[in-house]
Amino acid sequence: MSLLFERLWQGLLDTLLMVGVSSLLALLAGIPLAVFLVTSSRGGIFEAPRLNRVLGAIVNLFRSIPFLILMVALIPFTRLIVGTTYGVWAAVVPLTIAATPFFARIAEVSLREVDHGLIEAAQAMGCRRRHIVWHVLLPEALPGIVGGFTITLVTMINSSAMAGAIGAGGLGDLAYRYGYQRFDTQVMLTVIVVLVVMVSFIQFGGDRLAQRLNKR
Amino acid sequence: MSGFDPFLQQAAAASRVAQAHLLFERLGKTYESAQGPVQALRDIELTIERGEVFGIIGRSGAGKSSLLRTINRLERPSSGRVLIDGSDIAGYDDDALVALRRRIGMIFQHFNLMSAKTVWQNVELPLKVAGVPRDARQRKVRELLELVGLEDKHGAYPAQLSGGQKQRVGIARALVHDPQILLCDEATSALDPETTQAILGLLREINRRLGLTVVLITHEMAVIREICDRVVVLERGAVVEQGPVWQVFGAPRHDVTRTLLAPLQHALPASLQQRLQLERGSSADDLVLRLHFSGSGLEPDLPALGAALGGRATLLDASLEQIQGHAVGHLILSVGPSTLGHAVLIENARALADHVEVLGYVAAV
Repeated sequence: MSLLFERLWQGLLDTLLMVGVSSLLALLAGIPLAVFLVTSSRGGIFEAPRLNRVLGAIVNLFRSIPFLILMVALIPFTRLIVGTTYGVWAAVVPLTIAATPFFARIAEVSLREVDHGLIEAAQAMGCRRRHIVWHVLLPEALPGIVGGFTITLVTMINSSAMAGAIGAGGLGDLAYRYGYQRFDTQVMLTVIVVLVVMVSFIQFGGDRLAQRLNKR
Repeated sequence: MSGFDPFLQQAAAASRVAQAHLLFERLGKTYESAQGPVQALRDIELTIERGEVFGIIGRSGAGKSSLLRTINRLERPSSGRVLIDGSDIAGYDDDALVALRRRIGMIFQHFNLMSAKTVWQNVELPLKVAGVPRDARQRKVRELLELVGLEDKHGAYPAQLSGGQKQRVGIARALVHDPQILLCDEATSALDPETTQAILGLLREINRRLGLTVVLITHEMAVIREICDRVVVLERGAVVEQGPVWQVFGAPRHDVTRTLLAPLQHALPASLQQRLQLERGSSADDLVLRLHFSGSGLEPDLPALGAALGGRATLLDASLEQIQGHAVGHLILSVGPSTLGHAVLIENARALADHVEVLGYVAAV
């Protein structure tokens, strides 16, 4: 029992580390990417339709590759970045690369929904373009972005379990090795319960935060 | 525009040099659309003077919105020039444009307040992005919320306010940089009549107290009548009529102007309409006349009218109002049989009104 608990604890920490680090990176990269996707489109404040199309195509490319395949395809790149293709840190690379375009597309929708009248009002009051991004687009889209980030987190817990299956560690790895390969139903069920609790907790927290931020 | 009286033309020419705040010269705007180019504005020539309330009216799609937006260059003209204080704004770079926009406040039909910011933060935003220090910002925001009567709402979010309150926040926000020009884009079109009156009153007060030039667009003649000094009527991107409000109301020259004025004009009473005949039935029938007063200085002089009409005139219907101190409206009179012929009566009446119209005859009761 204590061995199981120890493994479970280790798996939980690994999962939290993988998801935490890669989601943080996806957040940092995804928001600028989303802002750029919105503002560079036709009629946007940083209008650059050609660059917008190129970037949109790259995002779509990464979005359309199933995570399992992306993970394998990225192995040489992962080795280049972290020096290994095994363990938690090796999983962070494909997770981040999968999560960034995913999150960017969701954040893009929220940013695009910001009423054009608000941008016009900001221009009329003498806002520069960076002011419009910082004081108008991001605050107005924030509830939607928080909601989108919640979805991203949950999706990444999902993907991290897949990463676990090819040796990244974490709860997915635990469930796969003990539950699936050794038919240990107890471990499997425990992992499922932990995952359900974790996902519910994240979803609940994300919803609450988005709701508090929404003043509309 | 043709047919202006020479004095006004002269005055306008003089003011062009002396005090023109805004000057539009052969302004044109063409949009590219899927169906080919669309001309939104054509050859607009306008002068807006410092401190006046200038109205732009037209039906939807007439180009009002585009014209208004060329003033703070939210819209770039395709041809012609916009001069503000004599300076052509077409060549302004980003910095100059930001500086210009801080001298021009703007309010909107749908208010365009930031939903994630409180009333206070909304009004503070233009100051914040301009790098105004905190103390000065606080002083200014407080002063403006007081001006628009929303001191107690500073912590509320826009969603918690009524339409009128939102527009007050919009006005406060538009005034934080002490602008010289205020642009109003259908500012009262989303408000109920009572709130419209209150907001128009506030705009008038601001115009008088702060001396700023107000340019507003609307599709409601009532708004023009309420606060404007001068008005221009746009139709399909071109100016079809312009002048002082009393003049455009009293003697509209263009069909579009008449159409826009129609909701304000008073129709013939139904009971009279029923009895009215175009041909004279018997010599005992009463003649029905409509006397127009178009603000030229003629006031309806009732005793004189009575005498001119042979002492047998009855007032059937009237609508008369003072616009900028000019009597504008009409009287409908029925005139009983008199020793004078109808032709003479009509001729007499012509001396006392701007225009006399024979509506018809009614059988004497």
